[in-house]
Amino acid sequence: MSARTRQSFSELSARERARALLDPGTFRELLGPFERLKSPWLPLQDIVAQADDGVVVARGTLDRESAVAAAIEGAYQGGSIGEVSGAKIAGALELALRDCERGRPVRPLLLLETGGVRLQEANLGLAAIAEIHAAIIALRRHVPVVGVIAGLVGCFGGMSLAAALCSHLIITRQARLGMNGPEVIEQEAGIAELDATDGTDIWSLMGGEQRYATGLADALVEDDVAAIAVAVRNAFRSATAPRSEQVEEFGRRLAAIDAQAPPSPAQLRTLWARARRP
Amino acid sequence: MEQLKFSYPARQTLSRRVHVGVVGSGDLEVLMEPSPDGQAHVSVTTSVAGFAAVWQHVLDRFFSRFDGAAAIEINDAGATPGVVLLRLEQAAEALRE
Amino acid sequence: MSAAPGAAARSGAGERWFEALTGQAGLRPAGPRSVRVADAPLGGERARFIAVVPDGGNRFPRARCGEVGLDEAWALAREVRRVMAEDLDQPRRALIALVDVTSQAYGRREELLGIHLAGAAAADAYASARLAGHPVIALLIGKAMSGAFLTHGYQANRILALDSPEVQVHAMSKESAARVTRRSVEALEELGERIVPMAYDVRSFARLGLVHRLIEGVNAATPAATDVERVRGELLAAVTDARGAARDLSSRLTSAAAAQLRRASIEVRRRLTEQWDAR
Repeated sequence: MSARTRQSFSELSARERARALLDPGTFRELLGPFERLKSPWLPLQDIVAQADDGVVVARGTLDRESAVAAAIEGAYQGGSIGEVSGAKIAGALELALRDCERGRPVRPLLLLETGGVRLQEANLGLAAIAEIHAAIIALRRHVPVVGVIAGLVGCFGGMSLAAALCSHLIITRQARLGMNGPEVIEQEAGIAELDATDGTDIWSLMGGEQRYATGLADALVEDDVAAIAVAVRNAFRSATAPRSEQVEEFGRRLAAIDAQAPPSPAQLRTLWARARRP
Repeated sequence: MEQLKFSYPARQTLSRRVHVGVVGSGDLEVLMEPSPDGQAHVSVTTSVAGFAAVWQHVLDRFFSRFDGAAAIEINDAGATPGVVLLRLEQAAEALRE
Repeated sequence: MSAAPGAAARSGAGERWFEALTGQAGLRPAGPRSVRVADAPLGGERARFIAVVPDGGNRFPRARCGEVGLDEAWALAREVRRVMAEDLDQPRRALIALVDVTSQAYGRREELLGIHLAGAAAADAYASARLAGHPVIALLIGKAMSGAFLTHGYQANRILALDSPEVQVHAMSKESAARVTRRSVEALEELGERIVPMAYDVRSFARLGLVHRLIEGVNAATPAATDVERVRGELLAAVTDARGAARDLSSRLTSAAAAQLRRASIEVRRRLTEQWDAR
């Protein structure tokens, strides 16, 4: 048994993450920073535009199969989706779909580190997310769409729906997945509803381990490059019905919930235990 | 937001282009590619206005050791001079790889 | 958001238009009361109309003002898939989504129980119906906001909107966005005047090239019979248009308006296509 040093995946930039997951030596970036296709909207608001608008799209292979990775840079504007960053993800998925339809399958990999729509581009970000959803749903007929949520920012807003649309979702313990960020919930519903500073509470609701234990994610992995790379490859080899199609099952689960006395996170793990997932 | 431009004499041509960094809070990205005219040119876009003299000082320090004819684009979100120098030196190092 | 009388009256557009267009209340015996579903004639066909309306008695307290919550999103998924199953060997009915939704539901129960998945299931159902050949038409008659719009309406082949002050589209309510960005509502509105994608009003939204038809001269709040007939005509035209066209969302990039205000979205795709295969 060889001793191997763990290499943190979440500490890598988006570009480094995409490079680390694709087969060694196959990473080829499309529309990189030197193309300078930046946000047309941020400079109008005195916000410095990043040259790649916070998304890295790269072709390569996964287990020698043609692939495309779209990685969101969480450190830029909270990984939020603007016109260009959204178009890069949607466009990459649309091209993967085109190739699949022509009999040349492409494996799509989404590295999700995002708070959702970039408010400074509001309606164009939201529109792009709808196009991302459309592309994932169409692509899933041909090939599994695999998502990874590794941590720090997590996956929120409209992109949490994209995560839920993935055929396979890989998540780490430190990652969070939810539709609304804790701060927004506290702001909208009050601190009695949710205290955004209570980390234990937040992770118990929407942390990676909870999501995995309640069947809302498919693999719980260490924050380690090699472990995530293995999980990604395994994901493309398995075939399960996407959870966003399991309307009967989740309808039953929701009907069984007493909204006046909802289960605790721990109780939900028992109710929605992984073993019972069809 | 402020845009600043600087130029420096140069001796070495660049054989490639490199990119380092992220425009995160307190950080910056550096795009470095061959300059078209044999001189080094730096274009800075920074979220914090009013620090032209500090940028001059940092770049003077960088170019005291770097003689590449580079066209450098910096997109900065409030990095300290130390971080700016670090990123520039990372880029210079990447050129050597 | 409280269920104040004013709020209820303002957000009655969904029920009003649903009943005007279908002649029915559209309540399903299994509920929830917030999702209305009915078939009604549209031209020579039957179309399935679907609306999400406020239900002050919603079993989830955070979904009582017209938000799309857990029950709403799963019900939408169920109803759309029901239409798909019924029409497998039949002509594919059009699905008309009447959109007046203030937001997704914000709450700890919602997050715990996976509202993000519920929303995804509804979007999945609508998109799958579209891909299966059902024309999906979204008619914006009120608010079309963030996650709620993604869930109910944004997967449509064609988006129609009433040219009315009640109709607003955005990623976050003005009050919430003001709080999150620490600006005043007035400052946000000024930004929206300079920066079109940040605006809330439907006319600005229509400039982005995402709207197939902006229907003018119709009273959104209190439609007359003639208004309803006009809208019915527009819906039918959109259905016919969608049936003859591609089943994807590409029309949102080929409109004349998109050529102006979605230039970067088009250019990104052009360059990705160019660079897709290694030379």
